[in-house]
Amino acid sequence: MRPFVYQRASDAPSAIQNLATATAANNVLTEASAQPLAGGTTLIDLMKLDVMRPKAVVDINPLAASWSNVSLDDDNLRLGALARMSDVAANPEIQQHYPVIADTLKLAASPQLRNMASLGGNVLQRTRCSYFRDVSYHNCNKRNPGSGCAALEGFNRSHAVLGTSEQCIATYPGDFAQALMALDATVEITGRSGVRKIRFSDLHKRPGESPQAETTLSPGELISAFLIPGPWPRSVYLKVRDRQSYEFALASAAVALDLQDEVMRDARIALGGVAAVPWRAREAEAILKGQKFDDALIDRAADAAFADARPHRHNVFKVALGKRVISRALHQAATMEI
Amino acid sequence: MTNQKDFPAGPGFNRRTFIGAAAGTAVAPIVAKAAGASGGPAATSDPSLPVDVSLDINSATRSLRIDARTTLLDALREHTGLTGSKKGCDHGQCGACTVLINGRRVLSCLTLAVVAQGQRIVTIEGLAEDGELHPMQQAFVDQDAFQCGYCTPGQIMSGIACVREGHAGSDDAIREYMSGNICRCAAYPNIVAAVRQAARAMSDEQKG
Ligand SMILES: Cc1cc2nc3c(=O)[nH]c(=O)nc-3n(C[C@H](O)[C@H](O)[C@H](O)COP(=O)(O)OP(=O)(O)OC[C@H]3O[C@@H](n4cnc5c(N)ncnc54)[C@H](O)[C@@H]3O)c2cc1C
Ligand code: SF4
Ligand code: FES
Ligand code: FES
Repeated sequence: MRPFVYQRASDAPSAIQNLATATAANNVLTEASAQPLAGGTTLIDLMKLDVMRPKAVVDINPLAASWSNVSLDDDNLRLGALARMSDVAANPEIQQHYPVIADTLKLAASPQLRNMASLGGNVLQRTRCSYFRDVSYHNCNKRNPGSGCAALEGFNRSHAVLGTSEQCIATYPGDFAQALMALDATVEITGRSGVRKIRFSDLHKRPGESPQAETTLSPGELISAFLIPGPWPRSVYLKVRDRQSYEFALASAAVALDLQDEVMRDARIALGGVAAVPWRAREAEAILKGQKFDDALIDRAADAAFADARPHRHNVFKVALGKRVISRALHQAATMEI
Repeated sequence: MTNQKDFPAGPGFNRRTFIGAAAGTAVAPIVAKAAGASGGPAATSDPSLPVDVSLDINSATRSLRIDARTTLLDALREHTGLTGSKKGCDHGQCGACTVLINGRRVLSCLTLAVVAQGQRIVTIEGLAEDGELHPMQQAFVDQDAFQCGYCTPGQIMSGIACVREGHAGSDDAIREYMSGNICRCAAYPNIVAAVRQAARAMSDEQKG
């Protein structure tokens, strides 16, 4: 790990000030010379690997007093960005009114990591692509823009089939983001000029020509909260992985249904483990919406979700797996007792 | 950039530091300025200088002068002689370094020592009382829940938290909530038995 200056933030303005001034030449947040530190389970890991090299680390944990609240009113859930994954997963109201959120958190990482990790850091976790994490590989466009992509011809079993580009096929690894995608969450961002709000679906950028730019945040902006309309009592997260616990998704689906007399008045599907960014399967939703719950229809929707899939040598299986995950998640949601 | 008035002017965020900060691009001088303004502890502008860190480990205060990069795991093992917490992967993947901070199980390999200041840290060395093993330690002995023993301190710390969290109600729950602790010797069945035994002992202790 390279030397850095440790700075403990006393309040949001001072944290933002320290972060904002340490810009990256290219305005890419993850390359900025000062990085916020929450749980550190991504940042410290990547600093040890020499993938991230901040000259200053701004500890934002002192802001937890105001930024870790969870509140639920009639039709809005507010989750502070410094709330810890384990605390939100264990919240009985969230389990009851937003089970998909509790599930995505409970099925992620390990109990120790969930005790440490914050919600804000969670959505900004970086890909587990092993060529990205291993700096002995020069050719990684995400790490060294313009250097190529070792995964294209390398071992790409865990890589994405949706939303990729010729420059990068890395998978977005997180689970919680799929719940936020499915439920049309809003991100509250606090920066130098105050607070702005964006749709969660506008937070992550597809890799395109510049996979190093992962989000629409600028240096000096902090996620302060997530706002989620609801409730969505009929919602589930299904995560399929190589082992039963403590593993990233090979394919996963966050599903929420508004079901009345077997008719899907609304259907939400977001996919994990298969896409370059948190992924909403809107084509599939359009097929289901307003229709009677029906197996043939669900098969059609699952096909539509993967119509544009571009698998590579070792991840062809993700297309069939992803479709089955959609189907099973929809069945689970439809049959849950609420 | 223009409407900084959205933030109430307060310590560390007045117009002068805002302009000074906004004009610069290099990190070091700005952080130095901000450090003075916000009065954060352990702030220094030179990353090569050590920082003073005071840790509350097993109810004793330890004052260390260490590199800011030092993880809590390295602070324990290399700077305070507490080598019970183990380094397996050093990347948050194995659980061998598990300790309790404020009663919660966390990974000391991904925790910076400077961040752990002012919090109650308990390691495997802090469990036994008056020479008597903690029920979780005793259960690991009784159930033969280790072979090489390298993962064991982490398993025991994690097991204690697992029971206190209420996640030891069934073997399945134990397996799920102990999954953050990998055992290279695959002593898993005995580890589950040990956590089950300790869960009973710990609840008896609470009642009695
Ligand atoms: C072994 C292992 C297994 C894992 N398995 C899973 C899994 O199965 N599913 C899953 O979803 N995740 C998994 N994770 C990832 C883990 O959930 C994330 O590392 C964690 O959620 C990140 O949160 P943090 O608070 O620790 O972030 P940090 O490491 O502190 O921060 C992450 C990044 O976000 C920035 N940041 C942090 N907070 C903010 C903020 N409020 N505003 C702006 N920027 C911010 C930081 O500068 C940093 O770049 C795993 C991690 C490990 C190590
Ligand atoms: S897939 Fe993306 S992250 Fe992985 S090597 Fe290619 S460019 Fe780098
Ligand atoms: S040494 Fe910390 S998790 Fe492996
Ligand atoms: S007893 Fe050897 S690693 Fe667990």
